[in-house]
Amino acid sequence: MATAAITAERENYLNREYGIRSWLLTTDHKRIALLYLLSITFFFFIGGFFALLIRLELLTPAGDLVQADTYNKLFTMHGQVMVFFFLIPSIPAVLGNFLVPLMIGARDLAFPRINLLSWYLYIIAGVMMLHCILTGGADTGWTFYTPFSTAFSNTKVVEAGLAIFVSGFSSILTGLNFVVTIHRMRAPGMTWSRLPLFIWAHYATSIIQLLGTPVLAVTLLLVVLERALHLGIFDPTRGGDPLLFQHLFWFYSHPAVYIMILPAMGVVTEIVPCFSRKRIFGYKFVAMSSIAIAVFGFLVWAHHMFVAGISLYSALIFSILSYLVAVPSAIKVFNWTATMYKGSISFATPMLYAFGFIGLFTMGGLTGLFLAALGIDVHVTDTYFVIAHFHYIMVGGAVMGYLGGMHFWWPKISGRMYPEFWGKLAAMIVFIGFNLTFFPQFILGYLGMPRRYWQYPPEFQVLNVLSTAGSTILAVGYLLPMVYFLWSMRYGKLAEDNPWGASGLEWTTTSPPPTFNFDRTPEVTWEAYDYANIAAPEEAPVEQ
Amino acid sequence: MSNSPIAVEQHNPALRHHFADMEQQRQASSLGMWVFLATEVMFFGGMFCAYLIYRYWYFNEFAAGSRSLDIWLGTINTAVLICSSLTVALGVRAAQMGKRKLLVVLLLLTIVFGVAFLGIKGVEWYTKFQEHHIPGSSFSADNLIKEYPQIRIDPSHEQIFFSLYFAMTGLHALHMIIGVGIFTFLTYYAWKGRYTPEYHNPVEIGGLYWHFVDIIWIYLFPLLYLIDRKPLK
Amino acid sequence: MSEPIVPSKLYVGIWITLLCLTVITAGASFIDLGPLNTVVALVIATFKALLVVLFFMHVKYASEKLSKMVVVAAVFWLLLLLTLSMADYVTRLWS
Repeated sequence: MATAAITAERENYLNREYGIRSWLLTTDHKRIALLYLLSITFFFFIGGFFALLIRLELLTPAGDLVQADTYNKLFTMHGQVMVFFFLIPSIPAVLGNFLVPLMIGARDLAFPRINLLSWYLYIIAGVMMLHCILTGGADTGWTFYTPFSTAFSNTKVVEAGLAIFVSGFSSILTGLNFVVTIHRMRAPGMTWSRLPLFIWAHYATSIIQLLGTPVLAVTLLLVVLERALHLGIFDPTRGGDPLLFQHLFWFYSHPAVYIMILPAMGVVTEIVPCFSRKRIFGYKFVAMSSIAIAVFGFLVWAHHMFVAGISLYSALIFSILSYLVAVPSAIKVFNWTATMYKGSISFATPMLYAFGFIGLFTMGGLTGLFLAALGIDVHVTDTYFVIAHFHYIMVGGAVMGYLGGMHFWWPKISGRMYPEFWGKLAAMIVFIGFNLTFFPQFILGYLGMPRRYWQYPPEFQVLNVLSTAGSTILAVGYLLPMVYFLWSMRYGKLAEDNPWGASGLEWTTTSPPPTFNFDRTPEVTWEAYDYANIAAPEEAPVEQ
Repeated sequence: MSNSPIAVEQHNPALRHHFADMEQQRQASSLGMWVFLATEVMFFGGMFCAYLIYRYWYFNEFAAGSRSLDIWLGTINTAVLICSSLTVALGVRAAQMGKRKLLVVLLLLTIVFGVAFLGIKGVEWYTKFQEHHIPGSSFSADNLIKEYPQIRIDPSHEQIFFSLYFAMTGLHALHMIIGVGIFTFLTYYAWKGRYTPEYHNPVEIGGLYWHFVDIIWIYLFPLLYLIDRKPLK
Repeated sequence: MSEPIVPSKLYVGIWITLLCLTVITAGASFIDLGPLNTVVALVIATFKALLVVLFFMHVKYASEKLSKMVVVAAVFWLLLLLTLSMADYVTRLWS
């Protein structure tokens, strides 16, 4: 990757230094972003591999591909890897790391060495996780519920718990870096209300990372201690309360889903104005709704526990709060739509992903309201309805946001254009594959197919086959960008500074940027999304 | 590359290149430490949550377990940490005034207090070990049941108290050890003359960390040692 | 350098106050105040913590409001965790 055939005469962050040491010991936020890109892509493959095994098993009603215990490990490892090693880092660690300093006009993040430490912690955690997987893995579900995880499971619970514990610190340090950077390192004139909303989204995400992850960390630590030292904190036969674990676990893990979606919303908020040639509608509302999501997101966690044994009264409180948290998300959807209204819309690949995001996220979010209603939840909880709901948001939402962002900023990151035809094609394939995979799961769940079961009644087979077929199409859709992004590093058209005609300081510097980002510290005198004064690109992206 | 006109400041060897000036660097590192301490509040907070719930459920066992802790050692340890916070605050002040030798002495005293705290804690833990109050296969609440016949004690609930006691004081002690480590580095660099009135941020933020660990103990002391010491009827 | 230098007398005064409060809280635990025992202990602990935060950690003298906001946010989030969790436990036996 360091040998991209860049014929630029200018020095940039990619060609300034070569050699493995210059990458492994870098403190340049852009290089660290690329280190993360490689690592999370690797784990995406691992998590995706487990997903394919799950879908293969579910092609037939009988449990005939793997044993039941193995199936438990498959969905556990799929969840653990995808959540902690792909989704949580994805946009913040790759796009956030790359863009936050550029967007605010800074030379780097506030703590470059801590940034590198963050990546190394991720790698250490990743190695621990890989070792755990290769030596058998855990079978508790990514949710580690007690007392199964503490007293009854015979699998690698301690290792998995410790791996995630370490990855949590990587997440915390990233959040810390972003918060301090955004507060203290904005360029002259870059006031809070001139910040790109991508920055607001990452600020809100960082708050969640900082205040939620430590609780997960201490909870996993308690699980590890209980398993290792035979304490009884979560053991009901000795006076412990399994629900205490769930309270502590979900206190983080619900806000965690907002860690996964807020950055994607930030990406969409950058893409939509650019490809509508129009400033974002309701800047303040989008900014405030990001903060509102971060705060309200901490008030709803027990909606994961409605049937677990919490009191009816607290269930009522959490149900109402869960309805409230949907409001700021809905506000954003209105803002994106209003931005497009009477805009000059073009359908480049990033915009296709943004459209996909808006539609699929809305569906996922609305089905969340189904789940927040206590009566309906009794029927659909722990069924495929829940699985479809969260995959619509995490895959239809977050992953599409991530891919849209990768395409949008790829020229800036690599100095090359990706091939537009293949970009559009892959986006379509992803959209079709995604819906074919997950829409049947709503129906399956509503009809009563439980989650985490390795066999099912024969009447569910047709829908399961559709879902598995969809997953293979989705896999193709994901593989395509990996191929053509790599291809573009050598053969892609050289990118200009601002191929999209987009607003934002990152587009005022070269593609790729120099190591210190700007030749001269910018001084900002204009509002964000100043599309009235930015010329549209002269030609549509060249299709190759 | 900065637009800052203060040429002298840019030559301060402690200025890191991505900052515009020393003041920005100082503000960034202070804010960084405060934000980190906020994460630590939540880290300990998870255990405080577990404590709160089990104290609500098993008050008797918590009371009995609390009584079995040595209140003299606990009070002395609290006083030790308070003294250490004083030496830290005075140390930061010495750094602000450029008094190198005083700074070194105060940092060393802080370390002494920290080690004293850990030593006393070690003694307390050893006593618990002797009384079979360490959770696990050797745990026994018999001596408590015998000593406090007026309190209804369920041994497994008692074990939960001690699990939390060791988890919380253990996590706190781990933070103290890290604090002593940090202050060892600070003392070394202070002795080398690295800290001046213009640049002593590591001392300040090291101090913030130490005070935080003190505050955790300020809460642990009443919550663990003073649950219920009323004379029994 | 924007942090003012606090007189050492003030630090010593805070130190003595903290030590006295420690003795008071330990002593108060032996007096039967009913349910108020817990309240008194926590109030004293909070007062001690406030003294450390405001004076030893310089929050009282901080020029930027940001460190104060961080402290308030951390405490608020902790209270969120504690209260909403307790809301379940306290109401479990109601029905």
